[in-house]
Amino acid sequence: MTAAIDIRGLRKSYGTTTVLDGVDLTVAAGTVTALLGPNGAGKTTTVHILSTLVRADGGTATVDGCDVARDPDGVRAAIGLTGQFSAVDTLLTGEENLLLMARLRHLGAKRSRARAAQLLEQFDLVDAARKPLATYSGGMRRRLDLAMTLVQAPRVLFLDEPTAGLDPRSRHTMWQIVRDLVADGTTVLLTTQYLDEADELAGRIAVLDGGNIVADGTPDELKRLVPGGHIRLRFRDEGALDAAAHALASSGATRPADGVPADTAALSLTVPTDGGVSVLRALLDRLDRAGLEIDDLSIHTPDLDDVFFALTGGTPRENRGTTTPTKGSAS
Amino acid sequence: MTTLDTAPAPSGRRAASTRPPTHVVADAVTMLHRNLLHMVRYPGLSVFTIVVPVVFLLMLVFVFGGTLGAGLPGAVAPGVEATGGRAAYLAYVMPGILLVTIAGTAGGTATTVSMDMTEGITARFRTMAISRAAVLAGHVLGNTIQALIAVALVLVVGIAIGFRPTASPVEWLAVAGLLAAIAFTVTWLGVGMGMQAKSVETASNLPLILSLLPLLGSGFVPTASMPDALQGFADYQPFTPFIETVRGLLLGTPFGSNPALAIGWCVLLTVVGFAWSIALYERKSVR
Repeated sequence: MTAAIDIRGLRKSYGTTTVLDGVDLTVAAGTVTALLGPNGAGKTTTVHILSTLVRADGGTATVDGCDVARDPDGVRAAIGLTGQFSAVDTLLTGEENLLLMARLRHLGAKRSRARAAQLLEQFDLVDAARKPLATYSGGMRRRLDLAMTLVQAPRVLFLDEPTAGLDPRSRHTMWQIVRDLVADGTTVLLTTQYLDEADELAGRIAVLDGGNIVADGTPDELKRLVPGGHIRLRFRDEGALDAAAHALASSGATRPADGVPADTAALSLTVPTDGGVSVLRALLDRLDRAGLEIDDLSIHTPDLDDVFFALTGGTPRENRGTTTPTKGSAS
Repeated sequence: MTTLDTAPAPSGRRAASTRPPTHVVADAVTMLHRNLLHMVRYPGLSVFTIVVPVVFLLMLVFVFGGTLGAGLPGAVAPGVEATGGRAAYLAYVMPGILLVTIAGTAGGTATTVSMDMTEGITARFRTMAISRAAVLAGHVLGNTIQALIAVALVLVVGIAIGFRPTASPVEWLAVAGLLAAIAFTVTWLGVGMGMQAKSVETASNLPLILSLLPLLGSGFVPTASMPDALQGFADYQPFTPFIETVRGLLLGTPFGSNPALAIGWCVLLTVVGFAWSIALYERKSVR
């Protein structure tokens, strides 16, 4: 597979603030990669460098085979960017915005009209086509924004938080549009803070934190990095809680190293598990034998939220990036 | 999933010749179309650039004109009665008012450019294979056209209240050409100011400096009547040769070296405005 995006050792600082500190990332053609990270992690900066809006301080980046610094026009011919701030002309109508893009892509008058009509249809904007943008809702603007990016199908599409502030229905519409594009062979690099969005759309997720890629893999690979799966048990009083903690700590139901963290205020125990039924059964057997009654039980499987908090939560973890190749700390 | 660092360098690099050539002129026309559409849709700014100089003109002529006209030394121009007064002052001040009109349109230019920079649409243009010059040229051409329309309307008002130019058809053409050149120059400065400004509010105020220059030149009173230091500035700033050349063409006053100076200033300021705008455009399109 050819790499549609290839980033090596990318660096960028603003004054004394280091935003990107040696980022490496390769995105295969025709795939969706999500760039996850907390606010200020450098996601938007990365996208801006790749879309030739910002110049990197160091490292190299190629998009569709063109170097962003040496051949920006080559990159610009291949890409589309829909950013978190809508890049639409608010003084024109939706249709005029699309026609403007079509003319700048030199489609010719007839094809421009046809393409604009097609996109208005596809993005459910026909009724609003001739209305000024002041009357558009946030979701409509986002859809128009993306439609403008897609006037000429880009080979590489950057979506910088494309669904921030959208209602659930608009989000699902947006997701479907992205899936259709990928089915047609477009490469997508998506930044998002919504973990379900990354899970839903991306074949691969790279987690950016403190200017470095701290983990990189499929959603399942990332979830395996984090021991987030656990069973939570609640008891009626502190006596039962203590007895249960004692019974479980000495049992084979949990691995000794995991321990059994107890929360006396909430009268609950958290028992780590891989989510298997046999572990649950053994646990319940054990408590039965000790004659303890459980008030409430819930099972948590690790999701990307756990991954996100574990990887970007501040304290470095031992198991960071063990199953997938990641960037070593360069700072 | 190709995540290995040993992946070969991308080989998909296309030859430069297969890329579409840059369509600078076509893109500039597209951007011009966009800017004209803005003006038609939202005529507020355009109306403002005409109303202000007209109010200025009416006030100067009908409120101050009698007194100011009496203070003019000798005949304003060969075709104007030497009696001074209101009619003489109208003849004297009209070229200055035309230049104030042009200078005033820089405010509109700066405002629209600044709005564009904050709108994010400019960032989109920058991620597309469009010539940078084309994006700015759209603004410049649009505003030059707007400035010429404004100047023409202000001139019509002047003629309606008694301004009687003595220009021949060739001189009229020269006036139109010179005013277009000046409008083009001023607009480039307006683009630079609009891009320099951190907010739309600043952008609309910064070009007021340009509107003041005709007042500090030979637009409203002869520079000889000013204190020495001010006269030095007034004689050597660009708007004085602009005004004197327009005055010479419309009324037949002596030119001196003013036409050459006017054209020189136009070329110089256009180059400066262009270079400034392009440099800022490169640097400032991202929030």
